[in-house]
Amino acid sequence: MTITLLDPTSERRPAERPRAARPPSLDGRVIALVDISKPRGDVFLDRLAALLIARGASVKRYTKPTFTKPAPADLRRQIAQDCHLVVEALAD
Amino acid sequence: MSQLLPRLPEGLIAVVKRDCRTCQLVAPVLGELAARPGITVYTQDDPGFPATVAARVHDQDLAVSWHHHIETVPTLLRIDGGVEVARAVGWVRTEWEDVAGTGPLGDGLPEHRPGCGSLSVDPSLADALRVRFEGDRLRARRIEVAELEDEIETAYERGWSDGLPVVPPTAARVLRMLDGTSRAADEIVAVVPPDLAPVTVEKVAINAVLAGCRPEYLPVVLAAVEAACTDSFNMHGLLCTTYFSGPVAVVNGPIAARIGMNAGINCLGQGNRANTTIGRALQLVVRNVGGGLPGGIDRATFGAPSKLGLCFAEDEAGSPWEPLSVERGFAPGASTVTLFPGHGPSAVIDQISRSPESLAASFAAKLRGVSHPKLVISMGAMLIVSPEHARVFAAARWDKARLRAELDRLLLIDGDELVRGAGGIEEGMPSALAAGRRLPKFLPGNLAIVHAGGSAGMFSAIIEGWVTGAKGSQLTTQEVRP
Repeated sequence: MTITLLDPTSERRPAERPRAARPPSLDGRVIALVDISKPRGDVFLDRLAALLIARGASVKRYTKPTFTKPAPADLRRQIAQDCHLVVEALAD
Repeated sequence: MSQLLPRLPEGLIAVVKRDCRTCQLVAPVLGELAARPGITVYTQDDPGFPATVAARVHDQDLAVSWHHHIETVPTLLRIDGGVEVARAVGWVRTEWEDVAGTGPLGDGLPEHRPGCGSLSVDPSLADALRVRFEGDRLRARRIEVAELEDEIETAYERGWSDGLPVVPPTAARVLRMLDGTSRAADEIVAVVPPDLAPVTVEKVAINAVLAGCRPEYLPVVLAAVEAACTDSFNMHGLLCTTYFSGPVAVVNGPIAARIGMNAGINCLGQGNRANTTIGRALQLVVRNVGGGLPGGIDRATFGAPSKLGLCFAEDEAGSPWEPLSVERGFAPGASTVTLFPGHGPSAVIDQISRSPESLAASFAAKLRGVSHPKLVISMGAMLIVSPEHARVFAAARWDKARLRAELDRLLLIDGDELVRGAGGIEEGMPSALAAGRRLPKFLPGNLAIVHAGGSAGMFSAIIEGWVTGAKGSQLTTQEVRP
């Protein structure tokens, strides 16, 4: 005799989103550098900013209030509005 | 499956079975009623019974008996305008005469005889009937397990388990679990991270079955899920961290004793079904509904055994202090679940101190080591004071606020001891924050104090916490609703 079980999961697969197209070059692009508030993330981003500016990109710096939570919607919206690309620093 | 109420004919109805001495006793009475004013008899077992009545209907699938809540046969009903207006259970002459409204009945029969159990409530049939007639209120996807498969292995293969065997969530078990709450099965309880999936009462019930809960635990599990999925508790962050912690649940109020929770001997350990399975059910909801899998979003360096589920009750009756729930603003007598982001426990031994000052200093010495003796402010802790330790404070008339004030005083630490490099240890607080200042080990609200444990043992327990407060996870309390 078969047994019927009830599915304990959400019954949905996570939405798969295609990655955004990669730009052919960084010329004239504005790059968001997001510090997620982990210790020493700023060290990494300072170095990255110098390297990107040397390659002709401009950068804008942002900071998440805390690394333990997703970025607030307003911050995400502002980054999307002001920048073409984004780099998030995870560091310790 | 059908939830349609089978419509009964107007007038008198009886439900009987041959395998019942009382039904056989009343067969002549049913014959009298068949002659005047007329009756329809639903017979559960033998379609030829009773021979005294021609208008017999075989209630073969027991749909009439089930839907009309027949618990005893014989049962006599009067239907008027499609609605039941009178009922007599078993054989009681006066009651049958009242329902039938026909004058004297059953000449020569005894005045009364108790009936027999209806087949529709027979323990060997009741679960299957319930699934047949009520199963369509369950919305979850059905998964057929083939005859040669082991359903517990199926649960492992589908990733539903935390590593221990789970109870297979059959419709019968889930329906029984749902009896534990008055909330509707399709009510949305919360949105569960990390997938931000809405979870219904039914899905929580399915996971409570997996965890091994009894139905009466379900309201506590529901409250724990609600608490976990708040912005203040931040289950998402707690799950994602590489740190050890998970949700630790403290149950307060009368529900704890009502469902047999342990607040005493070995309350943080194994052996009590409610303690063990409630915490597990919460973690299974996060895993199965939220999609929070170890190695996936959960990338803890070590994790902790407490992530299987850690739940205990506060010993309120034996406590010299107000319960955690009252301290957190709930009325005395309210049942609540409080979640703390932690792991553990670790031990504080003090078998010598008989003064509250000395014992508080022992607690402070150990609490200073939470996460690292040189790291302060961000992490929280829960101090679980045992009965033998609480007695010292009670004798000295120290209330919880007094103990807390003493711990705050003792845990205000000279920043020069904390800065990076101090004591020959590179780890520590940034000099800009700590040098020349005094810093608190815990920010206000990040040290919880509760009373629990066995009556022997001059130990207390510390549940070490993750980043506690607005930047991480805050102690979060939810009232348990029936």
